[in-house]
Amino acid sequence: MARMTMIEAIRDAMDVMMARDEKVVVFGEDVGYFGGVFRCTAGLQQKYGKTRCFDTPINESGIVGTAIGMATYGLRPCVEIQFADYMYPAYDQIVSEAARLRYRSNGEFTCPLVIRMPTGGGIFGGQTHSQSPEALFTHVAGLKTVVPSNPYDAKGLLIAAIEDPDPVIFLEPKRLYNGPFDGHHDRPVTPWSKHELADVPSGHFVLPLGKASIVRAGSAVTVLTYGTMVYVAQAAAAETGIDAEIIDLRTLIPLDLDTIAASVRKTGRCVVVHEATLTSGFGAELATLVQETCFFHLEAPITRVTGWDTPYPHAQEWDYFPGPARVGRALVETVEA
Amino acid sequence: MSEPKPLSLHVPEPAVRPGGSPDFSNVKIPRAGAVPRPDVDVDPEAIRELAFSIIRVLNRNGEAVGPWAGLLSDEELIEGMRHMMTLRTFDARMLIAQRQGKTSFYMQHLGEEAISCAFRKALAPGDMNFPTYRQAGLLIAGGYSMVDMMCQVYSNSRDPVKGRQLPVMYSSKEHGFFTISGNLATQFVQAVGWAMASAICNDTKIAAAWIGDGSTAESDFHAALVFASTYKAPVVLNIVNNQWAISTFQGIARGGSGTFAARGLGFGIPSLRVDGNDYLAVHAVAKWAIERARRNLGPTLIEYVTYRAGAHSTSDDPSAYRPKTESDAWPLGDPIIRLKNHLTVKGVWSEERHKQAEAEILDTVITAQKEAESYGTLHAGGKPSARDMFEGVYAEMPPHLRRQRQQAGV
Ligand SMILES: Cc1ncc(C[n+]2csc(CCOP(=O)(O)OP(=O)(O)O)c2C)c(N)n1
Ligand SMILES: [Mg+2]
Repeated sequence: MARMTMIEAIRDAMDVMMARDEKVVVFGEDVGYFGGVFRCTAGLQQKYGKTRCFDTPINESGIVGTAIGMATYGLRPCVEIQFADYMYPAYDQIVSEAARLRYRSNGEFTCPLVIRMPTGGGIFGGQTHSQSPEALFTHVAGLKTVVPSNPYDAKGLLIAAIEDPDPVIFLEPKRLYNGPFDGHHDRPVTPWSKHELADVPSGHFVLPLGKASIVRAGSAVTVLTYGTMVYVAQAAAAETGIDAEIIDLRTLIPLDLDTIAASVRKTGRCVVVHEATLTSGFGAELATLVQETCFFHLEAPITRVTGWDTPYPHAQEWDYFPGPARVGRALVETVEA
Repeated sequence: MSEPKPLSLHVPEPAVRPGGSPDFSNVKIPRAGAVPRPDVDVDPEAIRELAFSIIRVLNRNGEAVGPWAGLLSDEELIEGMRHMMTLRTFDARMLIAQRQGKTSFYMQHLGEEAISCAFRKALAPGDMNFPTYRQAGLLIAGGYSMVDMMCQVYSNSRDPVKGRQLPVMYSSKEHGFFTISGNLATQFVQAVGWAMASAICNDTKIAAAWIGDGSTAESDFHAALVFASTYKAPVVLNIVNNQWAISTFQGIARGGSGTFAARGLGFGIPSLRVDGNDYLAVHAVAKWAIERARRNLGPTLIEYVTYRAGAHSTSDDPSAYRPKTESDAWPLGDPIIRLKNHLTVKGVWSEERHKQAEAEILDTVITAQKEAESYGTLHAGGKPSARDMFEGVYAEMPPHLRRQRQQAGV
């Protein structure tokens, strides 16, 4: 057990897997010698050599395309897209290729591939360093999508992702890299070193994909969320005094519908929270699933709190970001409805 | 048949890493004036070697020599000098402002000032640049207001793009400066389309595309070359090779190609390399390429050989991946010092005049900065409204966004 930041936990997961399995290779822009712009791969090239961890040309389509080729050869690539905002050139490779190889070849060719990318805002990164494109992946048949919210989960889920036989999109909320940010941008963030979820088991440890975690048990309303918003929701519950049951989904596909449904059947109310834009976001899927599975238990309309349907602005970052005040209001309204 | 030997993967490495001594012995630098200047309607096949040489005008003694010299008057050169000095001073002030927390982020041009400043002077009104974040000289030399630039950097109440964009992502249609995207290479191919449109409409405007060495690896770069080549688009395709992407040296993007300029040869595009730290050479080559485009002779690819003397951005520390003294060892020198020497040799500039110009420019930049800051900085004073965030997503705000704006209470 060691106390780690999310960056260290992610690095540790790759380190463990590279040591265990020489088929694991890691590459991306600035990932090799320098160790990544967020330092997630620091030291891996020195430890495992230039053919196991290397820098690539700036071409996201090339990164994913070559990774697919390697995966079909039998390697287990775990590649980095520097920011999720830069994954679009790779989207064709992800959607038309990685996601469908197994299906279209009837299992003859498969694609055990992990694509890591930092997501989300809160760092004044403007529209090209802040996006949350998870719904663009969850909409695609054949992909799994993971969003960890703390160092413990990040390590266990990343190892599960690397061991998974299918392509996994691994979204890393960059605002959480160094501490659990709760949306109060005017207050200092407690570093992970002071947080028990930063106690990460050493060596090989797996958290299975598709298992949500109840981070706060409660009876008044169920909050479905993931990533940075897990902490924003916790702050909102604390500040409103509402006894919310907060569920950190951890993986969006496969989704832990059992945990979700059991909770909503108990509370009878549901608020969905994500940072991504509203329309056609993953929240729409969640709200529909809750409606389909829990309709006769619902006592209030399901509410969504999300980013607005605009590009992510620079100066108005905190007007855009669905912070604790907005989430809190939704909790109150849903409980009082 | 003998057994095949096991394969192994080649991963390029720069000549030197931190701790080593800088080595640019692999950069072959021809004498100033040595490279011929072909006619603009030359057969591209006849000038293939220009993609492997370096066109230079200023020699070590500060003299302008050879067939590419002699295009600019003393007044024009002094103006160019002032533009470069202004850009450098602007950068220095904005870097300090960023460190003081007045904005979130900044990217400077240190060592690359000649390229955008000199190129701008070869364009005509109506032409359009599709720049990257490291061509603000196009705005400075084009007479765009420094106050407006700073307001953009500060995301304040007078920010022309209403706080929506990251600092330095300027936009000015009037000044031939296309709105900058943060996504690399996307605009390189858009420039080709803009140029094709000018040709479709039988106009006389041309476009200039801009990209960094690292970003030439993107697929959009290659898409731009094939479209430009196929339709002989009136576009100048500019590659700024400052030797580094972020932490990766140019060998990662260039691969086995001799030079970045040589990428154009397979497309039949005339491709030239030029000393990017030589104001006169940049201007002369830009003028040549722009004339080709204007005369409907098609695209030209230019590689500017230069060096990124500063950090990639305020989020970067280059000492982690290259020797600290590498920039001092860069064999093409500093563009401002080289033009200063030239003007001094010509007798139209002196140490004294230089000092005086420095002081005047600093004064002008500080005055602009004071005015810009009176309209606010990122975290203090005037700022764009939350309402602005909802505007401009569409020409007309659709009902769902109107509802969201109401919900936001702005
Ligand atoms: C599509 C995309 N991928 C990655 C990035 C992140 N990024 C920003 S600048 C940069 C390096 C670009 O290097 P180069 O093209 O040489 O330009 P320079 O910064 O040297 O001017 C990278 C990788 C991005 N902005 N867009
Ligand atoms: Mg570069």
